[in-house]
Amino acid sequence: MKKVEAIIKPFKLDDVKVALTEIGVQGMTISEVKGFGRQKGHTEVYRGAEYVVDFLPKVKIELVIADAKLEQVIQAISRAANTGKIGDGKIFVYAVEESIRIRTGEKGEDAI
Amino acid sequence: MGGSSSINTGDTAFVLVGAALVLLMTPGLAMFYGGMVRRKNILSILMQCFILMCLVGVQWVVFGYSLAFGPDLGHLVGSLGWIGLRGVGFAPNPDYAATIPEQAFMIFQAMFAIITPALFIGAFAERIKFSGFFAFVLLWAALVYDPVAHWVWGAGGWLRNLGILDFAGGLVVHASAGVSALVLCIMIGKRKGFNQVAMAPHNLPFTVLGTGLLWFGWFGFNAASALSANQVAVNAFVATNTASAAAGLTWALIEWIFKGKPTVLGTASGAVAGLATITPACGFVGPMSSIIIGVAAGALCYLAVTKLKAWWGYDDSLDVFGVHCVGGALGSLAVGLFAQKALNPAGNNGLFFGNPQQFTVQITGVAAVIAFAAVFSVILYLVIDNVIGMRVEERDEEEGLDLSQHSESAYGLESE
Repeated sequence: MKKVEAIIKPFKLDDVKVALTEIGVQGMTISEVKGFGRQKGHTEVYRGAEYVVDFLPKVKIELVIADAKLEQVIQAISRAANTGKIGDGKIFVYAVEESIRIRTGEKGEDAI
Repeated sequence: MGGSSSINTGDTAFVLVGAALVLLMTPGLAMFYGGMVRRKNILSILMQCFILMCLVGVQWVVFGYSLAFGPDLGHLVGSLGWIGLRGVGFAPNPDYAATIPEQAFMIFQAMFAIITPALFIGAFAERIKFSGFFAFVLLWAALVYDPVAHWVWGAGGWLRNLGILDFAGGLVVHASAGVSALVLCIMIGKRKGFNQVAMAPHNLPFTVLGTGLLWFGWFGFNAASALSANQVAVNAFVATNTASAAAGLTWALIEWIFKGKPTVLGTASGAVAGLATITPACGFVGPMSSIIIGVAAGALCYLAVTKLKAWWGYDDSLDVFGVHCVGGALGSLAVGLFAQKALNPAGNNGLFFGNPQQFTVQITGVAAVIAFAAVFSVILYLVIDNVIGMRVEERDEEEGLDLSQHSESAYGLESE
């Protein structure tokens, strides 16, 4: 099993979710995060005081999938999240040791 | 208590509604300030405002009203002859308002006494210790607000005798609180991380909502200070709206032209600056003068907040000095220029209407009130700081005042 972690632009979340469910992914977790890579931040002004904001809002999607699905998932996310502009994000892949369904106790690929 | 034949029901209704409007300004101020501080400190702002409503609300009826408006002692303060509102009943007091029950006048004034110390909480926001704050405002209300109110509005008060014109509290409220704020923010010192760490407003929608409540409530503050539903009240209402509109517009335009974009915080701040500046003048000046006063307020307060603060280096967290002291002083001086006796026979003419003497009186008042409030604020700060302490420990400041002073968090422990 593999864990796929994707950091994407927030407005792309719906497109990515649809693309993943279309290839049969049954669940995912998302969190609202902040980060930066090469994309520049912005400046805010309050009563003349300027604040440079480096961290940009992003969305992190995490999903655990069977090894066989890995290439499909990476393709689906990449295509759906791409805008061609700096700040589109990154995908990271991790090996997963174990996976358990809490309700039934199923393990391994039966649990994901 | 007799004398009901002179009571005018319209005037009485107007003043009571006005009192309610002014009270609403304190929670409005709480939202205005609250939105501008960081998340971890918003409850401390709200608490300081609400505790003042409670504390001064009691203090005023017990002895504050007596000290401010009671029997004169040496032209400097009222006596305690009216302690517990002794003798203050439903008959009008012609020294103050001949057509409404004296208790209506008293409760209207209570709301001014409440909001004045609430103004300077902005200066020491995010680092004040609640116990020190509590002691400070209790003493400031009795030793600064009450005497100054007596000087300007009390029967026998020396500035009132000199002919000072302060329709609704440019000196009594804004200048005194504003200069006290400056003193306090310098003495308490800058926030930890000031100019290094970002300290941006955490909820500007609250700030803008607060501004709306303040603008609305200010019609009570200013127009009802006519103490009668009459022509002067109308004049004050029109002047109030016009000056704050002009000031908000000016601040927005200055930002737009010189900084590239107008901001909602700037526009709201400009409106508040205009409201503070027109406060002493609204019962004496006309609508066109109000526009000029509003423009001056927007421009001067903008400079005070952006340039003066940066140059001098004090951490007046929420710009109380730049908006209220500068505004109140400017407005009080503007009365000396723009006042027209034709608009208010109880007033006078200003310099532009043939009476330069009024300007001199206004300068005297501004100087005296600012000096007195500043000196007493220093003394009170030193005393309380030595006995109780005015500033929180560093780790409490880091954690935030909501948790360290009140064990509360504004937006819930869980994110549900």
